[in-house]
Amino acid sequence: MAAASSLHVAAPVATPRVGSSAGNRSASAARGVRVAAAGSGAARAGGRLVARAAVAAKENSPASAASKSDGHEVLLFEALREALIEEMKVDPTVCVFGEDVGHYGGSYKVTKGLAEMFGDLRVLDTPIAENSFTGMGVGAAMKGLRPVIEGMNMGFLLLAYNQISNNCGMLHYTSGGQFKIPVVIRGPGGVGRQLGAEHSQRLESYFQSIPGLQMVACSTPYNAKGLMKAAIRSENPVVLFEHVLLYNLKEKIPDEEYVLCLEEAEMVRPGEHVTILTYSRMRYHVMQAAKTLVNKGYDPEVIDIRSLKPFDLHTIGNSIKKTHRVLIVEECMRTGGIGASLRSAIIDNFWDYLDAPIMCLSSQDVPTPYAATLEDATVVQPAQIVAAVEQICR
Amino acid sequence: MAPWLVRTSSQLVRRAARRLLSPSQHRRHRAPAPWKLCSVPPVPRTTSPAAGGGLWEFCSVRRFTGDSSPAAASTAEDGLAGGELELDFPGGKVSFVAEMNFLPESQKERINCYRVLDDDGRTVSGSKFQEVSKEMALKMYSEMVTLQIMDTIFYEAQRQGRISFYLTSHGEEAINIASAAALSIDDIVLPQYREPGVLLWRGFTLQEFANQCFGNSLDYGKGRQMPIHYGSNRLNYFTVSSPIATQLPHAVGAAYSLKMDKKEACAITYFGDGGTSEGDFHAALNFAAVMEAPVIFFCRNNGWAISTPTAEQFRSDGAVVRGQAYGMRSIRVDGNDALAVYSAVHIAREMAITEGRPILVEALTYRVGHHSTSDDSTKYRPVDEIEHWRTARDPISRYRKWVQGNGWWSDSDESELRNSVRQELLQAIQVAERMPKPPLTELFTDVYDEIPSNLREQERLLRDAIKKHPADYPADVRV
Repeated sequence: MAAASSLHVAAPVATPRVGSSAGNRSASAARGVRVAAAGSGAARAGGRLVARAAVAAKENSPASAASKSDGHEVLLFEALREALIEEMKVDPTVCVFGEDVGHYGGSYKVTKGLAEMFGDLRVLDTPIAENSFTGMGVGAAMKGLRPVIEGMNMGFLLLAYNQISNNCGMLHYTSGGQFKIPVVIRGPGGVGRQLGAEHSQRLESYFQSIPGLQMVACSTPYNAKGLMKAAIRSENPVVLFEHVLLYNLKEKIPDEEYVLCLEEAEMVRPGEHVTILTYSRMRYHVMQAAKTLVNKGYDPEVIDIRSLKPFDLHTIGNSIKKTHRVLIVEECMRTGGIGASLRSAIIDNFWDYLDAPIMCLSSQDVPTPYAATLEDATVVQPAQIVAAVEQICR
Repeated sequence: MAPWLVRTSSQLVRRAARRLLSPSQHRRHRAPAPWKLCSVPPVPRTTSPAAGGGLWEFCSVRRFTGDSSPAAASTAEDGLAGGELELDFPGGKVSFVAEMNFLPESQKERINCYRVLDDDGRTVSGSKFQEVSKEMALKMYSEMVTLQIMDTIFYEAQRQGRISFYLTSHGEEAINIASAAALSIDDIVLPQYREPGVLLWRGFTLQEFANQCFGNSLDYGKGRQMPIHYGSNRLNYFTVSSPIATQLPHAVGAAYSLKMDKKEACAITYFGDGGTSEGDFHAALNFAAVMEAPVIFFCRNNGWAISTPTAEQFRSDGAVVRGQAYGMRSIRVDGNDALAVYSAVHIAREMAITEGRPILVEALTYRVGHHSTSDDSTKYRPVDEIEHWRTARDPISRYRKWVQGNGWWSDSDESELRNSVRQELLQAIQVAERMPKPPLTELFTDVYDEIPSNLREQERLLRDAIKKHPADYPADVRV
């Protein structure tokens, strides 16, 4: 059981991270502590450009610093939109490209209202050619703009793979640093509700090898807004993975401006017995399993890794040094998924701290079927997570 | 029920009735209208192209207003009245025709090619072209010669094993230099790979070219790319990226940024006949037309994509006819005629900037050299064909005749120029060759804006390996 006052120590300034100059930033990411946890979370501001410390006002968080206001409730897609609006207001080079993002407002309404606010040129509806509008984003970025490129579904960005891999990831390097590509590539991915195989893809596995890219996955309205802002401000190309089933999550987020750190993981529930690493929608399956596990007397530590490339090995390592047991829960397919890379990174760095083999729960190597029962069977369910923890902790 | 549907069905009834009575009335719709490229139909714009801010109004057509697009709003040439013989569909009104006529796969005549100088370097009578000053004309000529010599010597250097790879622009010197001369330094250039002349024109020195080819520590690319993958943000020349045609959507994006900034500049992107087959070609042209982006799409139709001749690349009449398919103005020019290329790009640039529209320029030419140093084109094309184009159709000698005909150049100027360029190049190569290569740190920098921990770790491992086994690693690479 996490003590009420236990706070996961924020990653200290010495942690090297992509895109930051170590030493001149205040603290680190805000930590949200969720449902099944008894622990408290204090939130501190992260990111280079935040002027003042923002506070996450969370219910059940006695240790949270005094907030100037109560915050406001938003749905996840609204949090993403808020982030876009704030950044577009402050920085005239930020623009949005995608199919139906303009007057239609985006297929998941993330860009609703933006075209009216900022005009047709800054919120640009593109013809259906993902490779080409991603390429357009690369060209615009090389000339000083900061495009936010939306794939209507992450799966369609496979058509943009050429531009993402050969140009986005590489041109900063091959041009000798002369041209930078500060694009954000975002869109909904993951297994939804009976959307069929082509619309249920987990592209993080395919993109993770591309040098030069950063990848983050949001999972709550709070981190969605913070990560979107950080991604827009980053000088590197960032792929922001959203999940089709999480857009309507509701949460109270701060009224004050805040930016999260792209390279940091989020401590969801501190614990002692096992480190469960997860991200995106699986976070919720894990937390549901955690309820059951707590009733059975286990104390799992749950970390939403958030940063898929690079991994926050500092936070993850600290956790492993404490618990000595690791379970990875992901939605990727078994072969070549994020779990596979995470596993090998942990073995490389923390082998001596492990008391048990690392377990990884992933989807099977099958295209996602349409039938609801079959679809459910390809996604890791809480019961499997409980069983896995019981096995690891034996 | 939608009004147009009601009208149409009653129209159909009336027309059916008429058909029974007098079939001859509909004969005038039989032949398809020929594609008219010479006269551009006036396209009514709902926003007036007034000076200043009006220039950059975004596309006037909104999908949700339900209006017909401006192109279709121009009335049909036959002067139909009352909309009786017209159908209303998304996209606008069309006249209907009772006879089935397929548009032919090609026009009877190929699209004409604009040229100014004949083969003897004399201006064709009645030709309209953009005048050039003596200074400009001579600069163009000497840069064309410089490019030719640079290509020859670097190619030889590769053959001698001094650089690993090279590709020449032999035969396309007029395209390179004349198009560059018609642009301003603010125009953004997105090359394929056969356009170093544009960079040369803008002031890239022979030493800078050599440094990139040798990948030494002075290379702006820090030794990360193959030879000829030049790039210079100072000179607005995007770094060459090997995949074909990926730069076309980039150009649209760059033009988009110019439009946002309301700059008096355009983007220009070059590609070959082979590049027009890529998906990015289609989408970039489509995008540029829809977004009214100021881009010049410059196609170097040099007849060959490595070993694939144009007859196997496409069945259309080259690239120029595709412009109209996207709603874009296009022109075909003689790519070996420096003045024609100069004039066409000059006007295209003006149109792109003042009217906010993309233009497609197809320059017909011939790839005299092999595709690259990894290719031997005599394997797939006749040697006498190559010789013919290398000599009789050489763009440099043709332009030289015109320049000399004006009394601006002499044989002694020629040999002096060629000698000094050659000397400068050989010197540059020697200097570049002796310059050390980039140090090991540059393997890991610029992947991101700052080196992340995992790359630092990988660098450390590499350094350790080199320290432990120095004999297994080259001694001349600074660690």
